[in-house]
This record gives sequence, C-alpha cells and structure tokens, in this order.
Amino acid sequence: MPIKILVTAKRVEDYESKIKVNAQGNGIVQEGLKYKINPFDEIGVEEALRLTAKHGGGEVVVVSVGTKDVHEQLRHALAMGATKAIWVNHTGPLDQMTIAGCLQKLIEKEKPDLAILGKQAIDDDQNQVGQYLAEWLGWSQATFASKEESLESEAEKSKQPAVKLSADLKSITVVREVDGGLETLECTMPCLVTTDLRLNQPRYASLPGIMKAKSKPIEEHTPASLGVDAASKITVTKMEHPPARKAGIKVPDVAALVDKLKTEAKVL
Amino acid sequence: MNFSLTDDLKALQETARKFAREVMRPKAAHYDETSQFPREIIQQAWELGLINMTIPQAVGGIELSHVAQAVIAEELAWGCSGMATSMIANDLALLPIVLAGTKEQKEKFLKPFTEKFLLASFGLTEPGAGSDVAGMRCTARREGDHYVVNGQKQWITNGEYADQFTLFCSTDPAKKHKGIMCLVVQGRPKGLTVGKHENKMGQRASNTVTLTFEDVKVPVENRIGQEGEGFLIAMNTLDNSRPLTAMFAVGNARAAMEHAIDYAKQRQQFGKPIADFQGIQFMLADMASEIHAARLLTWESAWKLDAGERNTLVSSYAKRFAADMAMKATTDAVQIFGGYGYSREYPVEKLMRDAKLIQIYEGTSQVQRLVIARELLKGG
Repeated sequence: MPIKILVTAKRVEDYESKIKVNAQGNGIVQEGLKYKINPFDEIGVEEALRLTAKHGGGEVVVVSVGTKDVHEQLRHALAMGATKAIWVNHTGPLDQMTIAGCLQKLIEKEKPDLAILGKQAIDDDQNQVGQYLAEWLGWSQATFASKEESLESEAEKSKQPAVKLSADLKSITVVREVDGGLETLECTMPCLVTTDLRLNQPRYASLPGIMKAKSKPIEEHTPASLGVDAASKITVTKMEHPPARKAGIKVPDVAALVDKLKTEAKVL
Repeated sequence: MNFSLTDDLKALQETARKFAREVMRPKAAHYDETSQFPREIIQQAWELGLINMTIPQAVGGIELSHVAQAVIAEELAWGCSGMATSMIANDLALLPIVLAGTKEQKEKFLKPFTEKFLLASFGLTEPGAGSDVAGMRCTARREGDHYVVNGQKQWITNGEYADQFTLFCSTDPAKKHKGIMCLVVQGRPKGLTVGKHENKMGQRASNTVTLTFEDVKVPVENRIGQEGEGFLIAMNTLDNSRPLTAMFAVGNARAAMEHAIDYAKQRQQFGKPIADFQGIQFMLADMASEIHAARLLTWESAWKLDAGERNTLVSSYAKRFAADMAMKATTDAVQIFGGYGYSREYPVEKLMRDAKLIQIYEGTSQVQRLVIARELLKGG
C-alpha cells in the first residue's frame, strides 16, 4: 500500500565548522561557514525512503523553512530520493512555534500518513518542533526513534527495523531511546516520529540522483500564505562561548588523588 | 568570468568528498600495503555514479560536464589516487567510443556499463612504445570480417579484471601514426594472455598488467573509426582525460598539505609547535598557493572542453604543472613530518610515492613540455 510521508530538511551549520560569536554577542559569525542538512533530518529522510520502498512506493515530501539558501538542503533530500520539496520562504528569526505552525498547515494540506522529523537540529538543539506539531495536529507521537547499535553493519540492517508500519497502515511500532535503554511503542496512525542518531545510516546522494533532483518540483509558500504569524516570540539577548576547559593537574600518588576527589571534586 | 562552483557542482563534490572520506581513505593504507584490487570500493563508486561519468545520456549514462568530472576527480584522488586511477580507467577506456563510436557501437560497448558493474581497460602503451606512441608494434591483420591481432601492451590499468579492452594497434607499423586503429575487445578471447600484476612503487591499489595478443580474432564491426584514425582518436581521448589526471595531482597534494598542517600545529620542537617556524610556514604557503594554481589551471582546461574548444595547450600546462607541483608538495610534506614522514606509520610517504606516477603516466612531464613547446613554436 503506497504511503505518503512528510519529512524536514533544516539548514544548519556544518558540525565541522568553527563557530564564533559575533561582535554584538547576539549571534554567530556566518561568513565562511559551511551549511548542511540537519543530520537528524537526514536520518528522517532516509527512514522515509526505506518505508516507502518497503510499502510499494509512495511519496516523500520534504519541507524547509528559510531563505532561498535552503534550496541546497531541499535538493540534497531530493537527490537522496524524496519526490517533492516545499520551501517556506522566510527571512529573519524564527521560533519553534512558527516552524511547527507552518508544518501543521502544510500537513493539513498535503495529508501525509506519517511525518518524520529530526528530534532536534544541531544548531540550537531545541527539541520542540515535533512535540508541538503532534500536539496541535492531535496525532500520536513517538520521539527519539532509535536502534541499539550506533553504526549499521549488515547484521544490524537485517535486524528488526526500529520504525515498522502495519500492512494496512493503521498502526506503527517505534523503538525509541529512553534513559537507560530502549522502549517500544505502538501508535495509531497518523503519527509523528522524531529520529535519534542511531536509527539508520543515511545513504549518499548518488550522482544520477543529484542530476534527477534538478527537475523535481520545489513548491513555494510563505508563513503568511499559510496563515501563520511569523513574528518570533523569542529574542536572543546574549550568546557566549562556554568557558575554556582548564588544564588538568598531575597528582603524585593514589592517596593524593583520593584526597582531591574527596575534598575538591566532592565525589567520594 | 566566474570561479565559483554552481549548486550542482557543489552537490556532486559533496558526494565525492563524502565517499572519499568515509569509504576510500579508511582503506587506502590497506590496499597500498597489500597491493590488492579494491574491487568492492570501485563497485560502490559505480553504484553512486562516480565512475563512467562520460557515458552519453542517449545510452543511459550521466554525461557529466568536464568541469564536473574534474571536481569529482580531485576528491577521489584526495581519498586515494591509486584507487582513483583504477576508477577513472573506465572513463579513459570508454572515451574513444564516446568520441568516435557509431550509435550502434555506443549501444553495444557503453550501455552495458550503465546496467551493471563492469571494468574497461585502455590499451595504448607497449614495452617499446611509451611516449613514442607511433612506434607501436602491436599489429592487426584483416581476414574477412575479422582482424587478427598480435603483439603486447604494457602498464595496462585494471587489465587483470577488465571485461572490455579498448585496444590501439597498427595495420602496418611502417606507416607509423597513420597505420594505427582502435578496436574494442570484449571478454577474454582465445589468444589473449594477461600477465602478472606489476609490483609498483606507488598507486599500488591500482591493478597494472601486461597483455599479450596471439592471433586474437576481433570482429571488424568492433573497429572504432576507420583504419588509420586510431592515433587521432587516442590523442583526442588524452586531451579529454588530461584534466582528470592533473586533478589527481591536485587531490593528492591537497591531502599531503592537510596532513602537513595538522602535524605542524601539534609537533613541538624547541618548546613550540613547528608551525611557528618560518621555514615550515613557507613550505606550507608554497603548497597552498601552488595547489590552488594547479586547480584553477585544470578547471580552465576542463572548461575549454565544455565550451567545445581545443584544450591541448592548456591541458598540457595543467598536467605538467600539477604533476610536478604534487611531487614537490608531497616531498615537502614528508620533510615537515621529518623522520616520521619517512615511516609507513604515517600517511605522507604514500602520497609521495603516489605522486611520482602522475609525472609519468598519461604523458610524462617531459612530453607535456614537448607538446607545450610545439604549440608555442608552430606557425609563423
């Protein structure tokens, strides 16, 4: 049974970039930075592609909110195999509720069976959009979908997938990461899933995929055209680097170490 | 003029870079040490479309621009130039068919490469005919609807594993370059013997063998172009592939420079990182500027092909400059690493051995200079 899945592709700073706070202290220096698709979103795209392949095809619609620069991330998801992209054109600050609002309107319009989002974006690590969205849509939600092993070996791949749909698409089973282990949820559909790091290892965008992505459609909206108030309810007042780590010390013997752990670190 | 990569080129570069970093590089030392053939890595490259980049769309290929191929070649060589040589060998062998094959020949000899993972070899060089291509002794005698091929080919990349060979041979060695023609040999016909894998100094992941032809029958319909057109086809092919070889030098040198920078920052001597010494800084600065110069020169030589212009002169500039530059950059990288650089425990000595081959294959640095001088001095 073909399935329609909505996924996201937030544009974030490459984790290999060196991030610096700007002179005003209210943001980062963007010049010279490289940008990528949020790795958790990329895992979501991969999971959506695997689910559609398994269920006899369907559609994977990818959404990103931002300036025209986000086309790069949309194209990446299209090159991986997503069928259609939606660009919500917006310049300026955004808060989590605006994004969730835009996604809500798009989901009401596109009517997917399932939405898969990254659990958070690696830029501000908010971890809110998925939860807001499920609540507002009245959908069931399964956050932090995950697997036991961190890297997918061939053996790992052949094990039970962490996200499994019933054949009639009425329910979904999701293995999720919780403190101290994994838990398995069964949810009714439609459902919203957010991905954790260990869920899968995203495929490469193949060269034919990249070439094909050029002719796939990118539909344009704005928060206003979706009826969403884009005024940010959050203002960043100050940004600073975490304090530099202090150099370690050498202790002469075990007794001195135990003493330090007791008196200074107070862990014993 | 515009020197920035388009979004498409950036996306292609991103995939090639990721593949080089995550798939090729972790295995580079292993294949260098063992000199085994990295078949599964090349197969994975095929699945992603990183080889056979020149096959026309009309027969199911991806037909990338020359600039795109150059951008990808740099990344692959950054991963491992030995593996990159074996990957691009397919494109080198398929180019004569792309450039001079008929529609039927393209269907027959190119299309299968888009449908399954196959390897092809380019057979031009002989034991006695390296830079002197026209001195080849491998002959083809016509007998009815077949040619009968006799002779030997040397330094044939991927020869041991090739499913198809693009062979250059002569109908009459006395005619020199006018006697040369191009034949496609499929599979392992009777009379074709593959010699043992050469134990090379560098680029050891790349398979290199001799081929011996003894009364090998090749159908006349496998001839690319006419009798006597082989030399021109070979030279056109090399004009097309020269930017990629030059890019191998750029990728190889960039890898050496990155290792050298990392090492210079952490290696302490006289109480400070050696990167603080001007002697080291100047070596790094030379590497960086020359790598950039080689890249731009090579991009121009690829860009000219895309623009439909003859690129012989600029691609010879590029190949000569880039290959010599990589030899110098990798030698300096070993120097910056000092004694550690000379050890196989560290990655830079491999890059130095690999770089040497780029000065030799696909037209030595001396042949490139001859080509350049000939272009400079010809005419009034």
